[in-house]
Amino acid sequence: MTLADEANLFDVAKGGDGAKSAPSASPAGTEIGAANPWEKLRTVGTPDQWRDAGPKDNVAGVQPTIVFEPTNEVELAMVLRYADSAGLSVIPRGSGSKLGWGNPPIRADLVLSTVRLNRVIEHAWADLTVSVEAGCTIATLQDTLAQHGQRVAIDPLWPEHTTIGGLLSTNDSGTLRIRYGGLRDLIIGVTIALSDGTLASSGGKVVKNVAGYDLPKLVTGALGTLGVVTRAVFRLHPLPHNVRSFTFVTRDAADANRFVLAVQDSKLAHTGLQVRFNSGAQPEVDIRFDGTDAGLAAQTETLQKLATPAGESQSNEDVWHARQHLFGTAPFPPSLRYGVTSARPTASTPGDTTTPAQDSKSTAIAKFSVLPASIASTCEQLRGSTEPLNVHWSAVVQGTGLGWIRLGPANANDIRQLLQTLRSKLEPAGGSLVVQYRSSEIPEVEAWGNPGDALPLMLSVKQQFDARKTLNPGRFVGGI
Amino acid sequence: MDPRILQELRAITGDRGLITSPEQLKTYECDGLTNFRVLPDAVLLPSSTEEVQAIVRVCHNAGIPFVARGSGTGLSGGALPVKEGVVISTARMNRILEVDLPSARMIVEPGVINLEVTERVAANGFFYAPDPSSQSVCSIGGNVAENAGGAHCLKYGFTTTHVLGLEVVLPDGSLAHLGGKTLDAPGYDLTGVFVGSEGTLGIATKVILRIVKRPECIHTLLAAFGSTIEAGAAVSGIIGAGMLPAAIEMMDNLAIQAAEAAVHANYPNCGGLLLVELDGPTAEVEALMQQVDAICRKCGAKEIRVAQTDAERALVWKGRKAAFAAVGRISPNYIVQDGVIPRTALPRLMSEIERLGAEAGIRVANVFHAGDGNLHPLVLYDRRIEGQEHAAEVLANRILELCIEAGGSITGEHGVGEEKKMMMSKMFAEPDLETMQRVRCAFDPKQLANPTKVFPRPRLCGEQPGEYHPHPLELAGVAERF
Ligand SMILES: Cc1cc2nc3c(=O)[nH]c(=O)nc-3n(C[C@H](O)[C@H](O)[C@@H](O)COP(=O)(O)OP(=O)(O)OC[C@H]3O[C@@H](n4cnc5c(N)ncnc54)[C@H](O)[C@@H]3O)c2cc1C
Ligand SMILES: Cc1cc2nc3c(=O)[nH]c(=O)nc-3n(C[C@H](O)[C@H](O)[C@H](O)COP(=O)(O)OP(=O)(O)OC[C@H]3O[C@@H](n4cnc5c(N)ncnc54)[C@H](O)[C@@H]3O)c2cc1C
Repeated sequence: MTLADEANLFDVAKGGDGAKSAPSASPAGTEIGAANPWEKLRTVGTPDQWRDAGPKDNVAGVQPTIVFEPTNEVELAMVLRYADSAGLSVIPRGSGSKLGWGNPPIRADLVLSTVRLNRVIEHAWADLTVSVEAGCTIATLQDTLAQHGQRVAIDPLWPEHTTIGGLLSTNDSGTLRIRYGGLRDLIIGVTIALSDGTLASSGGKVVKNVAGYDLPKLVTGALGTLGVVTRAVFRLHPLPHNVRSFTFVTRDAADANRFVLAVQDSKLAHTGLQVRFNSGAQPEVDIRFDGTDAGLAAQTETLQKLATPAGESQSNEDVWHARQHLFGTAPFPPSLRYGVTSARPTASTPGDTTTPAQDSKSTAIAKFSVLPASIASTCEQLRGSTEPLNVHWSAVVQGTGLGWIRLGPANANDIRQLLQTLRSKLEPAGGSLVVQYRSSEIPEVEAWGNPGDALPLMLSVKQQFDARKTLNPGRFVGGI
Repeated sequence: MDPRILQELRAITGDRGLITSPEQLKTYECDGLTNFRVLPDAVLLPSSTEEVQAIVRVCHNAGIPFVARGSGTGLSGGALPVKEGVVISTARMNRILEVDLPSARMIVEPGVINLEVTERVAANGFFYAPDPSSQSVCSIGGNVAENAGGAHCLKYGFTTTHVLGLEVVLPDGSLAHLGGKTLDAPGYDLTGVFVGSEGTLGIATKVILRIVKRPECIHTLLAAFGSTIEAGAAVSGIIGAGMLPAAIEMMDNLAIQAAEAAVHANYPNCGGLLLVELDGPTAEVEALMQQVDAICRKCGAKEIRVAQTDAERALVWKGRKAAFAAVGRISPNYIVQDGVIPRTALPRLMSEIERLGAEAGIRVANVFHAGDGNLHPLVLYDRRIEGQEHAAEVLANRILELCIEAGGSITGEHGVGEEKKMMMSKMFAEPDLETMQRVRCAFDPKQLANPTKVFPRPRLCGEQPGEYHPHPLELAGVAERF
């Protein structure tokens, strides 16, 4: 494609009356003036970058029409602008591992896939920063960084599959959060394509920088509803020298919570702290340290001096995958494909003891957030409401108060009711519950819960960034 | 100001909370950057969220711009009043509302002084990590607005890492709760956007803070080098060895002289002084301190001391924290600059600054957060000597340009404010700035909250996005393909 062609494309996109009219409900809207907007779209890039969408491209039950794989940011921005002015809706996609998160989209026309935008642009190891394209997987990135003994201090689900763009948009975080913070604390720069084709960068590639608004934080966790992330810059941390983990079996939830708070209140410098709950079993607490040999020995000693529960054992690193096990053991559990399916869950989570009734095969997974001091009361609450219904549950809760629960297999209506009950208990106390997966038999549950009195502001941010609701329409909080 | 509006404002705060006499208004005509001065029409001192809301509603209805003000220590003119506008001071909103030790959270009003937060929980073994040198006077509200940093932010993160939620009076007087006591509240991270927005998105009336447990042991090493270049090599060595110290600070000879003259910190007289603080479990700190010591010696350290007691540490830090003010001892006038570079560019930038200074006949003292590449060149001049002030300003700006050229930033912690808004166009392309302005339009369509700051020019909200300007990235991308 030549420069002149590009200019043309933008002219069409700008000039058509469609640019000012409301998007039509029909996906392949014709406001652009061209007989078939897809034809025009397909002039961007080369034909091998376009394909018709198949059943595998389904987004939480909604079937898109076409998939485009841009090879650079310019193509991505152009197609986005063009789709926007044609009234087509766009679903940004990394590789789809968390494409089921959030509510199903109202419409899905074009899938904008970042698979070909997958370079590690610059690892400035001496400056402890990295710039990376959105389609690079976290595992590829970490492998590159490890060559210089560094990492982005984050351990999300399915690192081999999760892309940087998908990770940022879903704001997933794991066990390292308690020491290093979440993505919001690690991202220092971002480039996004807005639906009108604007490519905008903010932040930068230095760790400390307060020039202008912090847009890297705005797009983190925005589920791709404000713009498509094309690249990001992260601050890095050194890889740990040695790592040692311990597991404690506790009497009950209260005992586990007490221990978690005692560790948090101690002078220990742990890099992981979580409780694993399983209905019917005693909660287990895992704690992880890293450092020099001398440091590890001393911390081990200090830990023993805390009023520790009985049943300590040195554990292997596998316990830190408990959250992923909750979602399922296979890298792409069929049960999770695109969030809504009827397949059976693959995983037997550790300690899974109850046998579900034959006709009760639904499951749901939710993320919840409570204060660290409320971990026990939350789990007691769960126990109290699941027991009468005889619903199996398991949960992994980090010392930060962020937890993940898996409900089921059980009756679909029971699970729905449990999710709603739990949310109704958490929200008034300042917590939250977000449904990340539910099998398709479970009647629809709002994925996000109530964003409170900040919703009008969120709506006006959305209006400013994506006025036609082109990006991921209907997937986010409050119908955004 | 229209007397009817004044009457409305008086009805909200009472006489005690309204300042209109020119002599009293003078106190508010500038912040820590004293070369910009504007007299506000009135200053309001609300004592509750409801009063802030009522004041902002009056402003909104009448189209009067307002500027929030904490302690007025800002160094970029952020709290500089706006012509024909009012100043809303948070000085009377200074209560600590909640201390939740088990969950390590505090809720405070914006007028609470930074150091008071730590003081309140110190006995329980906690501290509030962001520690700007001005911490004994600056307010939490001002810290939130500037995303203030401090020496220990290298390890612990800046203000934004420690603010979990906010109650905010929006520019139309409505109230919004952003974030919360728990993590990852559903929806956009508007807390993250508000922090560092320099008073342009509304007024924070409550702040939910994270507090941190004091580490078991803190050691501070002082190493004297022949030059800042040698000291810089030691910094690279420490980071390269995979350590993340709590702080790494550097001072050059001029800054050392100033600090000595002011507070007698008993620093060695040398070309480059490095201050490295490690904290954590004692055994870990001791093991790593040996490594730091070895690295420093290898890089040419002539003298090394380790401060272990709180008293020793306090003295070491006193010199560093007093450095800005101390420079007054060696120069009648000076500009405090704030720029960031990738740390590896440090040696190159230091020699460049030295060269430019020599050329212009201007001395530059350097104090910086070396671990994260945040420079504070202090450009010294004497206003009485003709042409020196101008030469100093030119040099200070040139240093910022060097920072941008090195891939850094025009401000690491002091903010853009009034002072650096023109520099924004040098650091960011037009589409970048236009995109940030969308955020402002979402929060403040009438552009009444600190309206003249941060951006080189205002954008009319509701205006259709203008002609398409390709981003430099695009141009580069296009060039790549030919
Ligand atoms: C045909 C196919 C079948 C697959 N089958 C499975 C399967 O059965 N099970 C399974 O787990 N995985 C499956 N995957 C792949 C797997 O899900 C991915 O590898 C996944 O790990 C990467 O997705 P992601 O995490 O990057 O984000 P995604 O899941 O792609 O996206 C998460 C969210 O972020 C948004 N987003 C993504 N990138 C951006 C961006 N750059 N900017 C803005 N928003 C963005 C999306 O719109 C979405 O809302 C499949 C992938 C494909 C292509
Ligand atoms: C000697 C000295 C040393 C310093 N050292 C450091 C340092 O190490 N690190 C650092 O980061 N800074 C430093 N500073 C700069 C300054 O102290 C910080 O920027 C501080 O955060 C400003 O707080 P303040 O209360 O004085 O705010 P002000 O100066 O009153 O206001 C600053 C900005 O915040 C806005 N604002 C104030 N309150 C609110 C509110 N409630 N809601 C919304 N907006 C509000 C104002 O409109 C203004 O834009 C230093 C300053 C001095 C004088």
